[in-house]
Amino acid sequence: MASRIGCLCLLLFFITASPAEIAGFPFESETQEQRFRDLSSELRCLVCQNQSLADSNAGLAQDLRSELYEQVLTGNSNNQIISFMTERYGDFILYKPRFATKTLLLWLAPVLLFIVGIFCLIRFSKFKNQGQQTQVSEEELLKIRELLQAEEEKQ
Amino acid sequence: MSQPADTQTSSPEQQAKPKAKYWVYLLPLGLFAVLMVFFFFGLGLNPRLIPSPLIGQPTPVFSLPKLSNPDEMIQHTDFQGEVSLLNIWATWCTSCRQEHPVLMKIAQSKEVPIHGLYYKDVPALGVDWLQNYGDPYHDNAVDEDGKVGIEWGAYGTPETFLIDQNGIIRYKHVGPISWHDWETTLLPMITSLRNNNGV
Repeated sequence: MASRIGCLCLLLFFITASPAEIAGFPFESETQEQRFRDLSSELRCLVCQNQSLADSNAGLAQDLRSELYEQVLTGNSNNQIISFMTERYGDFILYKPRFATKTLLLWLAPVLLFIVGIFCLIRFSKFKNQGQQTQVSEEELLKIRELLQAEEEKQ
Repeated sequence: MSQPADTQTSSPEQQAKPKAKYWVYLLPLGLFAVLMVFFFFGLGLNPRLIPSPLIGQPTPVFSLPKLSNPDEMIQHTDFQGEVSLLNIWATWCTSCRQEHPVLMKIAQSKEVPIHGLYYKDVPALGVDWLQNYGDPYHDNAVDEDGKVGIEWGAYGTPETFLIDQNGIIRYKHVGPISWHDWETTLLPMITSLRNNNGV
């Protein structure tokens, strides 16, 4: 019983530990709010690096959120806001890396690995080997027949 | 007895095949070696050290009140004319306390002026701190709301920028400076910037 209550308390704890609210920023329109939500989840908090600006409670994340809020309100485009952030914090602030020469391997690796995988599958698959092995010589066929007959006779 | 005979007759062919595809068995080992090289270098990196895009760029434009005298302003143009350091600090920052004696030693060496960016803190606390522990700074700009900190790409105090005589940012150090950092990295860079006139 005590352990059940303990579990319940733990569950309640996790319920209250939901992501930091992005409320508190009044918007003029829903599109503005949506843009704010999208951008703040696309940008990474540099203090707690595995959280987005939307999720983080760090002081810097709060500051960057209000910076983002002001820029959305003044009507800056997404590109303008993203370049404002990267000019100061570098590409590290982007959760979704840019497609550039530096990140080419990162973006193309899944496709490359897929192709290599398919190649290996075809080249080294069992099916192919089985096809080769079924080419049995006449002598071997005779032997097989003899063996099968011997088995049948035993039974 | 017929079974062993079977395996014997087919064995020469089976032995010939692996020899031809010998490299295939080395492939996983090769891939593993490549992964190890990536891990060796990748895992050795400190994820806290984010390269600053400001290096090679002019100092961000700003104008902030002085900590010692709020009526006077400090501007980005104040960095021009001599090689200098900009140190971002606050009294709530424990690593800044750790770094403070090193900054004092640097100030005593009179090699380079240290400008301070007093970041997201109450001015009175900063004045107290400098009175109690000593003041290594040439001057301090008060950035109470952290807006100018964002301009400098600050994400973890203390941070120190090396700025050349043309007001171009040359180097950024994240975290407390140790005396070793000063002797092996900062001082040689300062000397070379002075000698080469910022080029």
